[in-house]
Amino acid sequence: MFAYDLRLALQSLKRHPGLSALMVLAVALGIAVCTVTFTIYHAMATNPIEWKNDQLYAVTIDTWGTEQAYDDQQPDMPPTLLTYRDATAMQAAGIAKHSAFMYKSGAVLSTGKAGTKPFRALLRLTGSDFFTMFDVPFEYGGGWTAAADQGPEPVVVLSHETNQKAFGGENSVGRTVRLNDNDYRVIGVLGPWSPSPKFFDLNNGAFNEAEDAYLPVRWGQVLELPVYGNTNCWKSEEVASYRDFLNSECVWLQMWVELPTAQDRDRYQAHVDNYARAQKAAGRLPRPLNDRLFNVGQWLDMNHVVQKDNRVLIGIALLFLGVCLVNVVGLLLAKFLNGAPLTGLRRALGASRTDIVRQHLTEVMLIGVAGGALGLVLAVAGLAGIRSIYFDDVNAYSRLTTIDPTVVLVTLGLALLAGIAAGLYPSWRIGRTAPSVYLKTQ
Amino acid sequence: MFQMHNVTKAYRTDLLETHALREFSLKVEKGEFVAITGPSGSGKTTFLNVAGLLETFDSGSYRLDGEDVSRLDDDARSRVRNRKIGFIFQSFNLIPDLDVFDNVDVPLRYRRMPAAERRERITSALDLVGLGSRMKHLPSQLSGGQQQRVAIARALAGDPALLLADEPTGNLDSLMARQVMDLLEQINGMGTTIVMVTHDPELARRAHRNVQVIDGQITDFRPYEPPHHVPETAATPSYA
Repeated sequence: MFAYDLRLALQSLKRHPGLSALMVLAVALGIAVCTVTFTIYHAMATNPIEWKNDQLYAVTIDTWGTEQAYDDQQPDMPPTLLTYRDATAMQAAGIAKHSAFMYKSGAVLSTGKAGTKPFRALLRLTGSDFFTMFDVPFEYGGGWTAAADQGPEPVVVLSHETNQKAFGGENSVGRTVRLNDNDYRVIGVLGPWSPSPKFFDLNNGAFNEAEDAYLPVRWGQVLELPVYGNTNCWKSEEVASYRDFLNSECVWLQMWVELPTAQDRDRYQAHVDNYARAQKAAGRLPRPLNDRLFNVGQWLDMNHVVQKDNRVLIGIALLFLGVCLVNVVGLLLAKFLNGAPLTGLRRALGASRTDIVRQHLTEVMLIGVAGGALGLVLAVAGLAGIRSIYFDDVNAYSRLTTIDPTVVLVTLGLALLAGIAAGLYPSWRIGRTAPSVYLKTQ
Repeated sequence: MFQMHNVTKAYRTDLLETHALREFSLKVEKGEFVAITGPSGSGKTTFLNVAGLLETFDSGSYRLDGEDVSRLDDDARSRVRNRKIGFIFQSFNLIPDLDVFDNVDVPLRYRRMPAAERRERITSALDLVGLGSRMKHLPSQLSGGQQQRVAIARALAGDPALLLADEPTGNLDSLMARQVMDLLEQINGMGTTIVMVTHDPELARRAHRNVQVIDGQITDFRPYEPPHHVPETAATPSYA
């Protein structure tokens, strides 16, 4: 019977092509607006390492001054970054299963290969645990050892994209790359990996791509590599040298630990508390004790990765879809009642109310699916438009405007539901009227 | 075949109550051909709608083919309508964008009949009305008489116990009207009970008996007498 209903639905749509197109367009517009806002929201709101959400923690210690809050919007929150001395102290404790402090920098990368031009590469200076802690996939080789952290040894891990660019994608483990004036041995090449949001460093843009190359963090101090992103200071200090900077109260480092169990977490929290108390006793940390561990989800919330505006936009998009559907309801009512004589005839010939409702709902579902498909096309075009207006194509924010399969499925499901929702009343209404009334109008 | 007893039906608005049928009683035997006559607004169409289970009634009882159908719910009425009743309308009521085959197919679809059986019934019904070669034609490509014969084929395809015809020749010229009446007589001769509403006294005379309705009541009633003699025809009429 479904095939028959589908055939009738297609015939009915063809009978009034203008009206049908108008309804499909109304659904499509509502769906397109929802898809665009959902796509952006979905990209922002995704936890990229959900499976380790309750094992990974960002470490914070309130080292800020008393005169002004670190974040005026959240005055009771500690700074999101650590000072060098606190980060190194936490790292040295060795309590967590894995831990790494890190920052972003940059250098000119060259391979010495003929025909390959040097290029600007973004670096992540980090600890050896970074790769295992964040389940980073390797295409070739692996990360460096804790001993290489201490050296530091001249080793580098390249991103998938950088290896493509520098070595044409071949296994470059054992090869040498030059970063500024120093040579590093490639010990690993990552598989495609760029978590979004880039939860481990929200200081440099939550939706930026992951870095091009990874070095032991001590190289940053040895070579005095600059900090990319915010360095926040509250105290007037004389900073005449890089050493002064390292010893200052300026915060600029991200620190993450892996604590598999609640007991591990409690033990680590106690350790940070004790450390903070000791620092207070030594004359640091003027504010009340406020050191916190944030899991990934809390960290994304606390850093407002998803802006309130985005949630409001979702509401507005749904309202717009609602308005479109109300229009579709009106058009469907007009169309169905216009076809009432034929419906009455079918009732006279033995169609039950259920047959009539099902036949009309099939037509409505067809409109929903067609509207969903067209809406998807409009959404892709809309996102491309947003990308071209607000972001250039190499900007990492363009990732926010890329539709993924989840959004496609949600969109089509939403379109189908929207179609059914819009068609329920008109279909029910047309199924209720007595057949003889229709026949008199035939 | 069917029996209505003291059926009443009124249409009500906020200001007005119109009695369309008043204590309407009628018995039709199996195989009868009954003509219902009467002036406009007398209740003929209301009677046909009630008999065809297209409308409910206020009081009284109605038995169709041995079954009490007085208080069936809407779904059950649809089922009975689909299986036991065939309709022929004055304005043919074919679906314009379906071809002849698909038009005849409509009631069979709602009976959930297998495709092969539907095809067989449709072909037989169209052959009977002389339109077996016009299956792929749209209604707009047929004459009025041919359209009415398609409607008759549609009514017959489901093998109904009762055929209800509302002014079946009202939109046809006299030649075509005669052909349609010949066809209805032929169908009746095959055992199908026919109840026909008509204004035309000449057509009414061709029925086994006439029932006149005025103000929702039967005023003239000629009892059914089974035909003693069926005149032989020289040949089966052709309608192609």
